[in-house]
Amino acid sequence: MARQAQERIAIMGDEAIALAVKQSNVDVIAAYPITPQTIIVERLSEYVANGELDAAFIQAESEHSALSICVGASLAGARVFTSTASQGLALMHEIVYATSSMRVPMVMAIANRSLNAPLNIHCEHGDVMPERDSGWVHLFATNVQEAYDLTFIAFKLSEHPDVQLPVSVNLDAFILTHSVEPLTPISDEDASKFLPPRQPLYSIDFDSPATFGTMALPDTYMEFKYQLKEAAEKAGQVYPEVAGEYARISGRRYWYFNSYMADDADAVVLVLGSTYGTLKVAARRLREGGLKVGVVGLTMFRPFPEKQLVELLKNAKSLIVMDRAYSYGGLGGPLYMEVLAMLYRNGLRIPVMNVVYGLGGRDFRLDEAEAVLKIALDGARRGRFDEHVRWWGVRA
Amino acid sequence: MSAKKIVEPVIKGQFTYKDLPIAAMIPVPATSLEYKTGVWRTRQPKIDYGKCIKCLLCWVFCPDAAIKRLEDDSVNVDYEYCKGCGVCETVCPVKAISMEEV
Amino acid sequence: MSSQTIFYKTPKDLPREEWFASGHRLCAGCGAGIAARLIFKAIRGPTVVVNPTGCVEVSTSCYPYTAWKIPYVHVAFENAAAVASGVVEAIKILNKKRGRKLHDVIVFAGDGGTFDIGLQALSGALERGHNLLYICYDNEAYMNTGIQRSGATPIGAATTTSPAGKVIPGKQERKKDLIAIAVAHKIPYAATASISHPLDLVNKVRKALEIEGPKVLHVLAPCVPGWRYPPSETVRIARLAVETRYFPVYEVEYGRVKINIRVKEPKPLEEFLKAQGRFSHLFRPENAHVLEALKKAVEENWERLVKLEESGIAL
Repeated sequence: MARQAQERIAIMGDEAIALAVKQSNVDVIAAYPITPQTIIVERLSEYVANGELDAAFIQAESEHSALSICVGASLAGARVFTSTASQGLALMHEIVYATSSMRVPMVMAIANRSLNAPLNIHCEHGDVMPERDSGWVHLFATNVQEAYDLTFIAFKLSEHPDVQLPVSVNLDAFILTHSVEPLTPISDEDASKFLPPRQPLYSIDFDSPATFGTMALPDTYMEFKYQLKEAAEKAGQVYPEVAGEYARISGRRYWYFNSYMADDADAVVLVLGSTYGTLKVAARRLREGGLKVGVVGLTMFRPFPEKQLVELLKNAKSLIVMDRAYSYGGLGGPLYMEVLAMLYRNGLRIPVMNVVYGLGGRDFRLDEAEAVLKIALDGARRGRFDEHVRWWGVRA
Repeated sequence: MSAKKIVEPVIKGQFTYKDLPIAAMIPVPATSLEYKTGVWRTRQPKIDYGKCIKCLLCWVFCPDAAIKRLEDDSVNVDYEYCKGCGVCETVCPVKAISMEEV
Repeated sequence: MSSQTIFYKTPKDLPREEWFASGHRLCAGCGAGIAARLIFKAIRGPTVVVNPTGCVEVSTSCYPYTAWKIPYVHVAFENAAAVASGVVEAIKILNKKRGRKLHDVIVFAGDGGTFDIGLQALSGALERGHNLLYICYDNEAYMNTGIQRSGATPIGAATTTSPAGKVIPGKQERKKDLIAIAVAHKIPYAATASISHPLDLVNKVRKALEIEGPKVLHVLAPCVPGWRYPPSETVRIARLAVETRYFPVYEVEYGRVKINIRVKEPKPLEEFLKAQGRFSHLFRPENAHVLEALKKAVEENWERLVKLEESGIAL
């Protein structure tokens, strides 16, 4: 059914992603079933089977092949989508790096889920963290509307001539994938204007035969990797332009992060994904009591928006970084370690603490969010935290 | 873009990352023609045209496309690329090809 | 059902165009190089090659040198059939939606990338039924990494990970039957070919390209350093493989076996084996049982194919 006017609907996160992909003039979809992204590809296969979407839907025999199919299809000039989670992303790992290093545009939805073992299907960001350094652009949604909107932005950013990189749209397992939330979709017409059929910069063509995926030896390898570094940083630079164009058709403006009263806050809590919403509600309550707390939810994790984040945090007196992932044997969670490095090299000497929470989908409630904000405030008042890393709620 | 334009900056080490094609892709065909494998050779084929029956088997079996098939189906050796394997000598049904020391 | 099978009657019918150019870095006398040159002479129009990691890949696509005159894609070792699946389906849908030019898609993969690490991706692609031609150039071991055993290495052969030891004399396991695996997917066409019989090879490539759906071609391509023989002997050894029935040349069209090169009076297998260093230990008295096992494997395979052909049963 063609979507014309902007009307509010109720929809699950997975279905919202599928709807965005359908509206994005996608040509090839390849995926393998894994909870909790499966609904995305189920809906997409329905769209294709019912003739609502003119695309090739390929269910691969593994995630490794699914991503490989996507690489081949994108090199052939198609607009390509895949989605996965957890073990599936881990199985794709090798090709994740090939995709970005071969500069192959595509979009992948990642329903962030814990990695074995123990087997667990619930929310964690530990699945995408091994792909942190791959050169992919990694975007994080805090709610269903964002998951939908970021999918369009992801395609546009991915295919931008100065970027030419794959983009992931991360949404929290079950909390977003399976939650029904209100969504205001854009019209099919606006979607087509925003994302006309893909015009590849280069593709497989017998009339202009190119060799893709060569071996590069030490004499050139570093220069090719430097190209990737430049492209990844360029993605950060063109992102506001792409997001701005999307704002013009949708009325919804995206930035490197969501922030709630962080500008003048004494204590700030930084987080990825849906927990931003919980923290925001908690912060509002504390603000009503006159407590100067703020919350930041990072939308763009890669490239890391250092400049903008430093600008935002320059007046903060303390910071808690919340990680839904951990670097075992390391200094803490991956976001925490990165933020520590960022603060240090920008001369911001504020106390920082890491709260590791919600692993394997453990619930993080509103009262807990309030408690974390209060710890942050306490750190701001005292000018220090008593510990570097706290595993929130663990029975230690 | 020519093969030389792709190959020469790398050989000379005169390039920056901006001069290289995106993602190590090679945008033109057969740049390998700039790589002369003939220098590998320690023996080389010599064709006795008095014996050659133009059967083309040496051309068919050469792993390096170093036996050239001419318009009249006679053949000659492209010494720029011939690695001197001697397959042509072995497959010649009339012993018109012999391998000689370089 | 029977498609035209003879496109090239004599060597003179082979196109002059070299889609696989000189200047590649395969070894002198490389069987895979002969296979690549011949196979791509048989293309019928716009074609793309997908090549997984391996000898041919590193030797023909090392930046800034490519030996390819047709579009070429390498991504990784185990995923060529999947990458090719994506290329096929993308071109097909883009042709339908926007009139993009159609291309034939050929995978050119070694035995490691086919029999072992790429087998799952190959199985997936065959089951899904993409219109592609998957060609395995089989040199019976991981030659690119230095001659390690693969699922395609025959029983008895010495490799660097199945050495001819005092206790264990070479590989102890039989070679996988790739064509049987392929045919089990109910594909329309699967065949073997040897570089020693170039007209059979190119006609099979061309015939396969004319058939809609997934096709598999298994091509024997001797390896000079891996099989340990002088570089001039590549074609002769490949021919001996056929003439001793070591490597039967046959095709399976819609499940029906047809032996293309009938070896009525096979040469002794020893002729093939003795020409190569990898089998030399088999002629020591204490290893006679391994030689017997290899002979038995060769005989059983030939007899099985003859029976299948005679029966006319569709596999």
